[in-house]
Amino acid sequence: MNTESMHQQERTELKELIYQLADDDFILAYRGSEWLGLAPHIEEDVAFSSINQDMMGHASMYYHLLEDLGEGDADRIAHLRKPEEFRNAILLEMVNGRGTYLDKPDYDWAFAVVRNYFYAIHKQVRLESLRVSSYEPLANAAKKIMMEQYYHLMHWEIWFKQLVTSTDDARQRMLIAVDKVWKEFGGVLTLGPSYGEFVKAGLIEDEPLLKKRWLNRIEKVFKETGIELAGEPAIESGNGRKGEHTPDLAEALATLSEVYATNPASGW
Amino acid sequence: MVTQPMNLKDKVLLALKEVKDPEMDSVSILDLGMIEDIEESEGSVLIKALPTFVGCPALPIIERDIKRAASAVEGVKNVVVKFVYKPAWTTDRITDEGKKRLKEFGIAPPPADHVMGEPWSIDCPYCGSAYVTMENIFGPTACRSILYCKSCKNPFEAMKPVADMN
Repeated sequence: MNTESMHQQERTELKELIYQLADDDFILAYRGSEWLGLAPHIEEDVAFSSINQDMMGHASMYYHLLEDLGEGDADRIAHLRKPEEFRNAILLEMVNGRGTYLDKPDYDWAFAVVRNYFYAIHKQVRLESLRVSSYEPLANAAKKIMMEQYYHLMHWEIWFKQLVTSTDDARQRMLIAVDKVWKEFGGVLTLGPSYGEFVKAGLIEDEPLLKKRWLNRIEKVFKETGIELAGEPAIESGNGRKGEHTPDLAEALATLSEVYATNPASGW
Repeated sequence: MVTQPMNLKDKVLLALKEVKDPEMDSVSILDLGMIEDIEESEGSVLIKALPTFVGCPALPIIERDIKRAASAVEGVKNVVVKFVYKPAWTTDRITDEGKKRLKEFGIAPPPADHVMGEPWSIDCPYCGSAYVTMENIFGPTACRSILYCKSCKNPFEAMKPVADMN
């Protein structure tokens, strides 16, 4: 499928899907960047910021696909939309913990590890499906992103498995984080109200199938590390795919777009 | 000996040899395998380049430098640089000359024909020893890892292998 042969309706669905993919990477990369200088050790600071830089690159690649689809300048798409126009899952916009990176940050490393690890598995499942997407530019982007994502998944898997099988304190904190992430992860797994149209257009595989693949991988890790599976992940705080968000997103967007919004032409 | 006069495309290619990666300034972007294609028609040049890592902040600088170098070639009227993702850049695109230059820069070149998921062997770029440890898969730039040589006791960097995963 190419942009010329696409019907108006298909084009709308395609853009909807790309917004979800872009905004997920974008906001999680931003939350990750707030950890800079605060990670548990210097090597992790290097690794985590490198991962965030990659992920911001992935978001930018998707925003450029949207630019090619007539959505306007990629930087504007990233910086000047209102919170309700964002399609990211709520879990990914949630703050890292108490405080801010400027004022008494009391961030939760267990939450960072669990959120990023579960997301990396999810992203892997998505990309494996997207690489055969009917929209070729999206398939090409997915193939490219997979090469980098490989290292991210490996990184978070090591952290997750080591902490969850470490001291009682570490395990306890990790289990609390797993509970917290589980309450919202349904919001990451959903493709939103139009998912049936995505599937019909051959853009991506069926939502329940992708969800099952994610669950299978999680189940295997849980079994290996002795964690009990608490049913299906929920969507407690709302569905970001419908534009429902928490004040955490508005606050994050205000901060990250501050320079751009002051003067879009400025170099920084 | 009669030499064929160079056509414009060849001249542009030659000019691109001088464009270096700003973060590894002894390695040309040609030797990194970043140039996929050059199209030329009546002085209009379209250069298709492959990004190494998607989020690499050096890309806009490289784009500017490509444009500058190609525009300086006599006979070139305008230059468009386009980053494309097909084929995807892999570390196998780095030439032998590129690997040699990386090593001179203190960066161990990536292994050839790497299969993602399999271990790879890295030799110290300073003393050639294989007795090295991986300190951090992630390094100061998206494309590099940090290692330590147990033989000559030098920390060094290595280019992270990137291969097609299909």
